Amino acid sequence: MITKRLVLTFPEKIVTKPITYRLVKDFDLQFNILRAEITTDIEGKILIEVKGEKNSIEAGIKYLLNEGITIQDAAKDIIIDKEKCINCGICPSLCITKALIMDSKTHELVFEKNKCILCGFCENCCPVNAIRLNI
Amino acid sequence: MSKTIEEINEKIKSGKALVLNAEEIIEYAAENGVKKTAKNVDIVTTATFGPMCSSGAFLNFGHSDPPIRMTKTWLNDVPAYSGIAAVDAYIGATELSETEGMAYGGANVIVDLIDKKPVKLRAISYGTDCYPRREIETFITIENLNQAYLFNPRNAYQNYAAAANSSKKTIYTYMGKLLPNLGNVTYCSAGQLSPLLNDPYYRTIGIGTRIFLAGAEGYVVWHGTQHNPGRTRLANGTPEGPAGTIAVIGDLKKMDTRYLRAANFYKYGVSLYVGIGIPIPVIDEEMVEFLCIKDEDIYTEIYDYSVQRRNRPSYGKINYKQLRSGVIELKGKKVLTGSLSSYSKAIEIAELLKSCINNKKFYLTGHVSQIPLEQQLNALNVLSEDEL
Repeated sequence: MITKRLVLTFPEKIVTKPITYRLVKDFDLQFNILRAEITTDIEGKILIEVKGEKNSIEAGIKYLLNEGITIQDAAKDIIIDKEKCINCGICPSLCITKALIMDSKTHELVFEKNKCILCGFCENCCPVNAIRLNI
Repeated sequence: MSKTIEEINEKIKSGKALVLNAEEIIEYAAENGVKKTAKNVDIVTTATFGPMCSSGAFLNFGHSDPPIRMTKTWLNDVPAYSGIAAVDAYIGATELSETEGMAYGGANVIVDLIDKKPVKLRAISYGTDCYPRREIETFITIENLNQAYLFNPRNAYQNYAAAANSSKKTIYTYMGKLLPNLGNVTYCSAGQLSPLLNDPYYRTIGIGTRIFLAGAEGYVVWHGTQHNPGRTRLANGTPEGPAGTIAVIGDLKKMDTRYLRAANFYKYGVSLYVGIGIPIPVIDEEMVEFLCIKDEDIYTEIYDYSVQRRNRPSYGKINYKQLRSGVIELKGKKVLTGSLSSYSKAIEIAELLKSCINNKKFYLTGHVSQIPLEQQLNALNVLSEDEL
């Protein structure tokens, strides 16, 4: 059994297909939806953690690709470069799990790693390039 | 009871001046009342640290042998304007590199110069009898420049509009990354710490005011471009959107990149984070009233940046306490907020300026002329000569 975290991007025309159901039924995969967003850029994006036999995961991925879904490995880590960070406070507005917040006393950025689901929304938002995603 | 700048400077000299930052004055005045505060407090330090696109630096390179009248000039492949005298140029903060695009721009050149990094200078010319050279390529550092001074035509905006995006696509703007369906709201002001919000009618900040500019001493030299003092104001004097601006100048050679940073906005371009600190003399009780302004008393309007027009639809007004809380309610939905201007850096600058004054390293100047309180903001319309 192996575990993989993937970001699946659905084109608009297949948003309504029961893709995840097929993954369970046909490929015997267990998965957790960590995050789902079907409004961004008229596409659907889900962050899933898939658990199963290596062969089944590979077959599942193949099926998804055939359906026109784009697959990316989810970020493994988000690194905040405290030296570069100017504590402006722009990235918290993109962090829906509030892993990135501004401390109301010090007005400095606090990153609570355990709350981060590695959605990657904060990527490209930092004006001083202090946020790095390790994929 | 009123105080003059001279009296305040005397107090700095004798070590008796009471200096507070624009956050501390709020509590001090609440405890001591306006009268006592006006008597006891001499100076309030205000500050801001935000991206200010209308920024750049004048440079003088010195003459080469044989000399050149530079007509087109590049610094690290970023075009600099040299349609002035032979070896003078202006490097604008938002100019992009011709080889690296948005990843490197004028702001990066300015910051590299301050950090004493070697910068590649390339220039071409048509050649004249007095300036025969037609091309030059060499490396410079800030130390071999004759002059290098930051001259920013528009900085320290007195309030700024907040941004949201109602479209179905993520958009990338100078207000940052805006998520679709009103997914977030971004704003850009130091609020209660901001210089022009603490002196809303420009009683003390004017032409000639000595300021802290990016780690060095600087001056207000004019009102800034797009200065719009006529914006609707609340009873406390603060405008409900972008209003007054200032043009500032200071010696780049003495600046510190802790207070001047290049900003690269994804899919938008380059800008410059400028740190500005302005000491406001507590000349009378009226000044105390202005200086007591709190985030909850300052309002701005949220505009829809997905509408690509000069006049964007508004989602109404909101105060800075709400914005700074991190979450606001917009159209019945909880929306996360983000700031482009760094409040923690602004506090740092206000504190630094305070300690410079306390250490007798910074004295106040009165303004030699006021910046306008009445001025119309014009729009650019596409007209033929006959329609003018």
